[in-house]
Amino acid sequence: MEFFRIKKDIPFMKHALVLNVISLVTFALAVFFLVTRGLHLSVEFTGGTVVEVSYSQPADLGKVRAIVTGLGYADDTQVQNFGTSQDVMIRLPPREGQTSAQQSEQVLAALKADQPDVVLQRTEFVGPQVGEELVHNGLLALAVVVVGISAYLGLRFEWKFGIAGILANLHDVVIILGFFAFFQWEFSLAVLAAVLAVLGYSVNESVVIFDRIREAFRKFRKMDTPQVIDHAITSTMSRTIITHASTEAVVLSMFFFGGPTLHYFALALTIGIVFGIYSSVFVGGALVMWMGVKREDLVRTTRKDGDPNDPNAGAVV
Amino acid sequence: MNRYPLWKYAIIVVALLIGLIYSLPNLFGESPAVQVSSGKATVKVDNGTTARVEAALAEAGLKPSLVQFDGNSVKARFETTDEQLKARDVLERVFNPDPAVPTHVVALNLLPRTPAWLASLGAAPMYLGLDLRGGVHFLLEVDMAAALQRRADVLATDLRSVLREKGIRHGGINRSGNAVEVRTSDEANFDTIRDLVRSQFPDLQAAEGASAASGRLVLTIRPETIRTVQEQALKQNMTTLHNRINELGVAEPVIQQQGANRIVVQLPGVQDTAKAKDILGRTATLELRLVDESAEGRAAERGTGPVPFGSERYLERNGQAVIVKREVLLTGENLTDAQAGFDDTQQPAVHLTLDGKGSRVFRDITRENIGKRMAIILFEKGQGEVVTAPVIRSEIGGGRVQISGAMTTVEANDTALLLRAGSLAAPMEIIEERTIGPSLGAENIQRGFNSVVWGFLVIVGFMCVYYMLFGVFSSIALTVNLVLLVALLSLLQATLTLPGIAALALALGMAIDSNVLINERIREELRAGASPQAAIHAGFERAWATILDSNVTTLIAALALLMFGSGPVRGFAVVHALGILTSMFSAVFFMRGLVNLWYGRQKKLKSVSIGQVWRPDTTGVSVAGTAPASDKE
Repeated sequence: MEFFRIKKDIPFMKHALVLNVISLVTFALAVFFLVTRGLHLSVEFTGGTVVEVSYSQPADLGKVRAIVTGLGYADDTQVQNFGTSQDVMIRLPPREGQTSAQQSEQVLAALKADQPDVVLQRTEFVGPQVGEELVHNGLLALAVVVVGISAYLGLRFEWKFGIAGILANLHDVVIILGFFAFFQWEFSLAVLAAVLAVLGYSVNESVVIFDRIREAFRKFRKMDTPQVIDHAITSTMSRTIITHASTEAVVLSMFFFGGPTLHYFALALTIGIVFGIYSSVFVGGALVMWMGVKREDLVRTTRKDGDPNDPNAGAVV
Repeated sequence: MNRYPLWKYAIIVVALLIGLIYSLPNLFGESPAVQVSSGKATVKVDNGTTARVEAALAEAGLKPSLVQFDGNSVKARFETTDEQLKARDVLERVFNPDPAVPTHVVALNLLPRTPAWLASLGAAPMYLGLDLRGGVHFLLEVDMAAALQRRADVLATDLRSVLREKGIRHGGINRSGNAVEVRTSDEANFDTIRDLVRSQFPDLQAAEGASAASGRLVLTIRPETIRTVQEQALKQNMTTLHNRINELGVAEPVIQQQGANRIVVQLPGVQDTAKAKDILGRTATLELRLVDESAEGRAAERGTGPVPFGSERYLERNGQAVIVKREVLLTGENLTDAQAGFDDTQQPAVHLTLDGKGSRVFRDITRENIGKRMAIILFEKGQGEVVTAPVIRSEIGGGRVQISGAMTTVEANDTALLLRAGSLAAPMEIIEERTIGPSLGAENIQRGFNSVVWGFLVIVGFMCVYYMLFGVFSSIALTVNLVLLVALLSLLQATLTLPGIAALALALGMAIDSNVLINERIREELRAGASPQAAIHAGFERAWATILDSNVTTLIAALALLMFGSGPVRGFAVVHALGILTSMFSAVFFMRGLVNLWYGRQKKLKSVSIGQVWRPDTTGVSVAGTAPASDKE
């Protein structure tokens, strides 16, 4: 079986401008939604109490909400189904002079009074100071990843690749966040982990293509830069689609079997993987081209370094 | 060209063996067990306890599959939950004959059914996190400012009494924040006090450039002392938590320090979360009251009359009744320390230290009640027990109290421990709390398991169809990756959480990337017309640089998550990082070994089974690599 039977290099770079405009628009939209709607942060970041209960019958959300607001919580207190129609998640803001234990017990008691078959599945309370720390640490982790990866790419290839790779993938991160802002999906710690994992993962994509660009610069002396990039992208196409499909298969199995806890985690990974392909091919490659990468940039530096991992060393094709 | 030296195969075999042995325990599951551990610091569990457990079970006609003593507790394993519950009741009766005064914790537990030969190799199943087992998680923050203030209070009180003893005049001693302020305008006095502090109060230091002109001497607590105060506060709070948690009968509670001022408490399998919160959140459990010495009170104490109005009856540890007044004079909050020691006559004694407020109240009480008795009552499980009820001999000021007379050194130690345990060194606040119901934990395991299995099957299925024999090799490599990762997690006893399982699944999805890179490269070489052996060689060689690069970038992300992540993110990051490392071994080194073993020795290899290799110049007709059957020629 061979899915990809491409006879000639596909001229991706001819359409680089159009594709870049599309990315720019998507990116701008993502930023727009992030600014106007903001992320729907989970209780881990904001502080507060989450109570998850389960009924033996499908739960009447309206009634649950009425009971919760009856306890003096604001009307916009979040009451929603979690996973199945029997499970309900209630999110309570922190309350002065009441511990979270008291809060959750009070809510549970009130719900029990209404319907005795309700069972407490999970409660979670996070103090506001912990939330602040998490936001801080999350941003710090993002910074370390960005600096670390671009430094590594710069070292292995050239600074232009480092910058192009990280920009292409930050573009993915912003778009994932944009999706979460637009649909107001809950942004939890697990989603943050997914976002950072995707950042590391889809940089792979750029690495594979950059590797090929370097190789093609050496192999095909007559090609100009856009042609080299086209060749690199085309020849890695098959691998790109197959490996991403494999990873996506696992992610989808998490999405379908992993239950509500892994739901948004898998969703973030899915968006990340889909846009990861797009951005490494169209954004990363085009950025390298715009930055004016030349044959001399790569061939000279690697010869000077005497790279022991040079894939081309000694091989004759 | 495609041969491995023997030592490389040896490495593969050894790695596989280790991987199999250490991942094996995860397959045996768990069996119900009853665990007996000490419920009081004074009760020791040892081999004698094991014998008692065995005897008690034999008498009740219960046959445990294994009884073992592991240093802290005796665990008896059973085949069915029914037997387990019966055994619990039996052991509860034997070890805690008086339910009101429990000396042992008899708890239900689940023990891994790891065979003895595996256990002797140090193999154990993965350690499941709370979200998979169900239970309660608390993160408590100790209010260190309050601990320091208490310390400053004590020091101020001490200084006051020393100055009084020496007859040094001053305009008053106060605590302000963490500092002690001595008012004095007399220059000679100022210097005397400063010298006195220097020689007798190593915990205090005078502020820089202090002079009599300002009218006050500001003494601050030394940084070293601050550190020890904080460490002690944390330790004492952890001890207190330990004692309280013992009441819950939790099989394997986790009480750990996190950072400088936080304590993590995890109670796996606890169902009654409300009670757990209540017990952990309890504050003062120690009360100081006067003994009712009226005629009626004495009569009630002898058991010849009713307990008078306004008084209550409590028992001493030896069963002696004590009638105390309802009025609470002091609580454990005012007690800063209790240590066992000796009094002036070398008799065992317990030395108590009270804080500023406590000292004042105590001085007043003792002055007004000389010759009367005073009771220190410790409340456990809502029940009071008189720790000690000494007679007040004289007025006691300065907050230093000594309880002595008619006790052994062991008793003195016990009493001190009980007194300390009853009080928290500094108030604590719950800043994070998670409760996971037991059914949710089981569901989470099932969900995680399903995600991994289905993801794995889809990948393996696709690889085998698309890359034929090379796909089979890749799938074997992927299985090895899974085994190694599970073995590594079991070996490290890293906590496996649901995000951890997600990382496990994701590791599989990412590990296959390396195999796809290699397989595609080999196909490409074949397409370009290379001979099969050369194509395999070049495929592996050329893909390696790319694989290394992409794994390093992924590893950077994983390490950043590990460094800055907390809770669920950490669980994810650990597995993620380990998964990348094992995948480098299995997908490249191990898979190459497989390929070399299969194809390497065939000198005249005509084709490799890597699926159809399509060539653009032959208009869609397949050339090399057809059915796997024809490859073995």
